[in-house]
Amino acid sequence: MSTSTKRGALGLAVPFKAGLWPWPELLFWSCAIAAYFLFQERLPLITEIFVLGLFALSLDLILGYAGIVSLGHAAFFGVGAYTAGILAQSGWGEPVSGLLIAAATAMAVGFASSFLVLRGRDLTRLMVTLGVAMLIYEAANQAAWLTGGADGLVGMTVWPVLGVFEFDLYGHTAYWYSFAVLFLLFCLARRLVNSPFGLSLRGIKENRLRMAAIGTPVNRRLVLIYTVAAGYAGAAGALLAQTTQFVSLDVLAFHRSAEALLMLVIGGSGMLYGALVGALSFKVLQDLFSNWTAQYWQFWLGLLLVLLVLFARGGIMGAAQALRRRHARGRRASAPQERRS
Amino acid sequence: MALIFDGISYGLLLFVMAVGLSVTLGLMNFVNLAHGAFAMLGGYVTVVLVNQQGVPFLLCLPVAFVAAALLGVVLEKTLYVHLYRRSHLDQVLFSIGLVFMAMAAADYFMGSRQQLIQLPDYLRGQFEVLGVQVGRYRLFIIAVCVVLTVLLQWVLARTRIGSQLRAAVDDAMAARGLGIEIGRLFTLTFAVGSGLAGLGGALGIEMMGLTPSFPIELMIYFLIVVVVGGTDNITGPFLAAIVLGIGDVLGKYYVPELGAFMIYLMMITILAVAPQGLFGRRDA
Repeated sequence: MSTSTKRGALGLAVPFKAGLWPWPELLFWSCAIAAYFLFQERLPLITEIFVLGLFALSLDLILGYAGIVSLGHAAFFGVGAYTAGILAQSGWGEPVSGLLIAAATAMAVGFASSFLVLRGRDLTRLMVTLGVAMLIYEAANQAAWLTGGADGLVGMTVWPVLGVFEFDLYGHTAYWYSFAVLFLLFCLARRLVNSPFGLSLRGIKENRLRMAAIGTPVNRRLVLIYTVAAGYAGAAGALLAQTTQFVSLDVLAFHRSAEALLMLVIGGSGMLYGALVGALSFKVLQDLFSNWTAQYWQFWLGLLLVLLVLFARGGIMGAAQALRRRHARGRRASAPQERRS
Repeated sequence: MALIFDGISYGLLLFVMAVGLSVTLGLMNFVNLAHGAFAMLGGYVTVVLVNQQGVPFLLCLPVAFVAAALLGVVLEKTLYVHLYRRSHLDQVLFSIGLVFMAMAAADYFMGSRQQLIQLPDYLRGQFEVLGVQVGRYRLFIIAVCVVLTVLLQWVLARTRIGSQLRAAVDDAMAARGLGIEIGRLFTLTFAVGSGLAGLGGALGIEMMGLTPSFPIELMIYFLIVVVVGGTDNITGPFLAAIVLGIGDVLGKYYVPELGAFMIYLMMITILAVAPQGLFGRRDA
């Protein structure tokens, strides 16, 4: 919030001009590029972090900005993954159009289910999102002729990206492909949440009644952001399917939805970067834990969740922001003529 | 007919397990997704006692109740109490964390395979009543659950604790103002609710199968019962549980290829039509 208010309209007007991005953001993305050269042998892991980051980002759009609590966000992730997978399996392996079709399919599902989410409060929403996800999981499980059922979808052939870059065994292409998708969609999301539309979403999150009273079409806004977020999740799912060339029921499972929530809790919600930082920390932790206790890493995952909720609600980005705010206050104290905001 | 009978016993079992959740949700507006973990504890306590210690099954049931209730009190006093004033999101995340921990712990101590217990002879087999095959164990479950339900209803309707509880559910602020100790009342309710879940878990080993993923499988059933039934009284959840039990059993028998599909579809439809549940208050 604090970064965007300072830049104001100027930052919004030209969001793609890198010179206007504050340095921590530039540093963040440089690190993501540098990671390619530093961790050559861990590229698949970093690619997965990009995918999970995009997925967490999509959840952040509805949870962090619009305040919709969802326990079934994996539904859209899975729809995207299966769409891309089935396309590639049945002879259309072009990745970029596959990704777009997958995102569009997920958006369609998101649009249809958004009307259910509008009704009721938190608990009802929890149930409906969870129910939709379970429904799609069961459907994918039963429609084995289409999805391969419990065995997963095998035999995908993904064509080279843009007809040039072939997907290789070491994940070089997959890395840059998912980096590009993540970066583009991130820029779009960054622009979206800083637009008047994004501000109205925050208003709805804070006080739905008041926003309705000042003339915001609350339901239309919620339907729109839910659909967009579903598309993002679908793109993330498609990325996973295309880079790993395999889709299983796992993409729709409950634990995926829960993990996306966990990433947001670790990173901090409502800040976009929280989702990416959260996905990074989550995957690194998961890697550490599962090397250490392969079978029981869920226990430590659960413990982490409980501790974070009890003691560190803002997550990593929340802590960073608090730190910066304290820093800024210190500076302000030394310059007394400046107005307190 | 035998299916309906099965469905009723299943529904009653669900009710006994979920009623605690319904009351805690109504009383403190607390979304506790970890309720199924208490049921699982009851189940595993029973498995260990019956299979490894040779304790009679009937004796295990109260033990399962007490074990789950004790754990409920400890967790409520130490952890849950910090979360009453937090957002629903925090509560959901917190209790999902507990579920993950419980599942991994169960896996660690008991292994991931399905647990079975040896029922005593007098609870096995079937007999015929008016041309209908009736399982003894099903009948036993129905009997236990009916007794518990009647007891609960009596406590809620006739005793001092019950009327305090109803007052607190209706309006916690006013009840506190009248000198009702909400905190203590809630600990008590939480303990009894967890205990009932544990008891239900012990009873349900035979019907539902006990694995470390028990809490997640049950979670959705509990939530359906509570959300569809509403949280104002126990009649709503009771009816919802029975309907759900019968619907689930019939669905699995007649259209097995749809699996759990029917249940989710039913739930979504109901919630789309009536977001406050079928028996809930309109303004709640």
